[in-house]
Amino acid sequence: MYPDLEQIRARILQFIPAAQVTIVNNTGAAEQHSLLLDNAHARTIAAFLRDDADLRLDYCSNVTGVDWLDKEVTETKKVAEQQADGTEKVVEQKTKRIEPGYLEAVYHLYSIEKKSPAAIVIRLRTANRTDNVTVPSLTPVWRSCELQEREVFDLYGIVFENHPDLRRLLMWDEFKDHPMRKDYVSPDDYEWEPTPHDEVLTRAMQHYPQEEASRGDTEGAEK
Amino acid sequence: MSLSEPIPGSTIRAVHDDFHGDLLEVSMGPHHPSTHGVFRMIVTLDGEVVVKLKPVFGYLHRNHEKLAENNAYLASIPYTDRLDYLCSLTNNWAYVHAVEKLSGIEVPERAEYLRVILGELTRLINHCCLVGFLLNDLGTSFTPLLYSLRERERMLDMIEALTGSRMMCNFMRFGGLRTDVSSEWLAQLKTYLDTTFARYLDEQDALLTGNEILLARTQGVGVLKSDLAINAGITGPMLRASGINYDIRKVDKYSIYDRFDFRVPLGDHSDTYDRYMMRMLEMHESVKIIQQAIKDIPEGPFIDPKAKNRGLRPKAGEAYARIEGPKGEIGFHLISDGTGNPYRYRVRPPSLINLTVLEDMCLGQTLADTVIILGSVDIVLGEVDR
Repeated sequence: MYPDLEQIRARILQFIPAAQVTIVNNTGAAEQHSLLLDNAHARTIAAFLRDDADLRLDYCSNVTGVDWLDKEVTETKKVAEQQADGTEKVVEQKTKRIEPGYLEAVYHLYSIEKKSPAAIVIRLRTANRTDNVTVPSLTPVWRSCELQEREVFDLYGIVFENHPDLRRLLMWDEFKDHPMRKDYVSPDDYEWEPTPHDEVLTRAMQHYPQEEASRGDTEGAEK
Repeated sequence: MSLSEPIPGSTIRAVHDDFHGDLLEVSMGPHHPSTHGVFRMIVTLDGEVVVKLKPVFGYLHRNHEKLAENNAYLASIPYTDRLDYLCSLTNNWAYVHAVEKLSGIEVPERAEYLRVILGELTRLINHCCLVGFLLNDLGTSFTPLLYSLRERERMLDMIEALTGSRMMCNFMRFGGLRTDVSSEWLAQLKTYLDTTFARYLDEQDALLTGNEILLARTQGVGVLKSDLAINAGITGPMLRASGINYDIRKVDKYSIYDRFDFRVPLGDHSDTYDRYMMRMLEMHESVKIIQQAIKDIPEGPFIDPKAKNRGLRPKAGEAYARIEGPKGEIGFHLISDGTGNPYRYRVRPPSLINLTVLEDMCLGQTLADTVIILGSVDIVLGEVDR
């Protein structure tokens, strides 16, 4: 019987007491729950999962990058409020706050030696989506992550620390953005037109509003 | 690793003196017939021996995953055909399998049998092609390939009769298949496998398996050690050629694979010849599975009538599902946010991940060997670059 997620978590904490491991519940029909690892210990935990005699997760099948945008959460709270005539009344107060987004790398692990029946899913999260986008690379533990982490770096912009060869995989080296991010704007000039018109012009105006304004009518663009 | 150091465990001399000249960097591809598409290898040569090899990807990149995220779940099925265009039916299968897991859809008995038959037929087509192209890579200009392509066309004719298209089948649906399969079609397939295809396998065996040139060119070439193969996530016939008994049909027992009697061939020497033999032996096993499935197939619905295809909105959550494709583990990781489009749609491409160890297999071999080593990995660039 292969250990379940609770037992794996307990086993990690038994051997690496400083680690923070949280179980992330999956609400869908598949019920594939996952373990969220803290970035400081992720490499040690990964090596432990691979080498532990009971687990032997020697095969990392898949690495997925996910982009979670900033989320606006509305919270309703009941508060007692002093009315004008001196009585107290309970009213609902709505507060809005922004839950900051983050980038996530999801790894699906199996054990070839133990023939584990289902994937053990682990997740690593970056601090935010903009300036702190590092997670530790697990390529030193599983070589199979090498090309997949390069792909996630390329398309999502997650920087994998200690990756042996972190270059873009699919886009060309000079490319600036990360096209799989949810807020990526695709270029309007796949085929550049000197005098854009119709929907191409509309897209160009949205994409380069300042440029379009400064160019004026002299460019010959149909308005 | 510095290029002036000798490669550990190999007999190549170090390049550090004035007599042996410079290293030569050769750009193989992207426009080269031996690379099976637009794939490029930057090979550094010492004489004729490879000392460094860097693959370059992305020439066929069209951001398949992003396109699927902007589409409804159903609309992505025809698009999965274009991943690995030799095995569109197994791509369909892996995708609908993931969506069925994500939204808890059941598949009727008859549909499972038909999926197994079509999946194994796809495996036959893929391995047929691979054996032909591998021989082509050896320089046997086109003769063995034509024998293979002849059989492939016969199987594609049957697939066309069933799905309306040779390669872009678009045939699987959530909860079953697009149409039912007639008993005449099954009988025709059975006759074909018993007669013409059995003859082709014998013919190919007699012509090639003991062929002296094939043995000389492939045995001991491109050895992949089993511990590296596991660690690098190699799957499919390539992993089993390294002697690891791991077949997802046996391990996960997805669909109805626990009902069939078939064996998993394993390699002994982890070289290119073993990888060739894996494909030949797997074809025999696939024929066995199809024959059992045709014998046992029950009557019944070919699709669950309650399964929602159009306007499917799975509950928020995620699912990873994988099947044993002809090239290795093909998996789909889907994340739903409760809307009609997947929030995240990820393909686990076996071709790309099997290329992780290309350099390790080629070091110390000659430039001509890299071509057959790449051929034995079995890649389709539509899937590598997505």
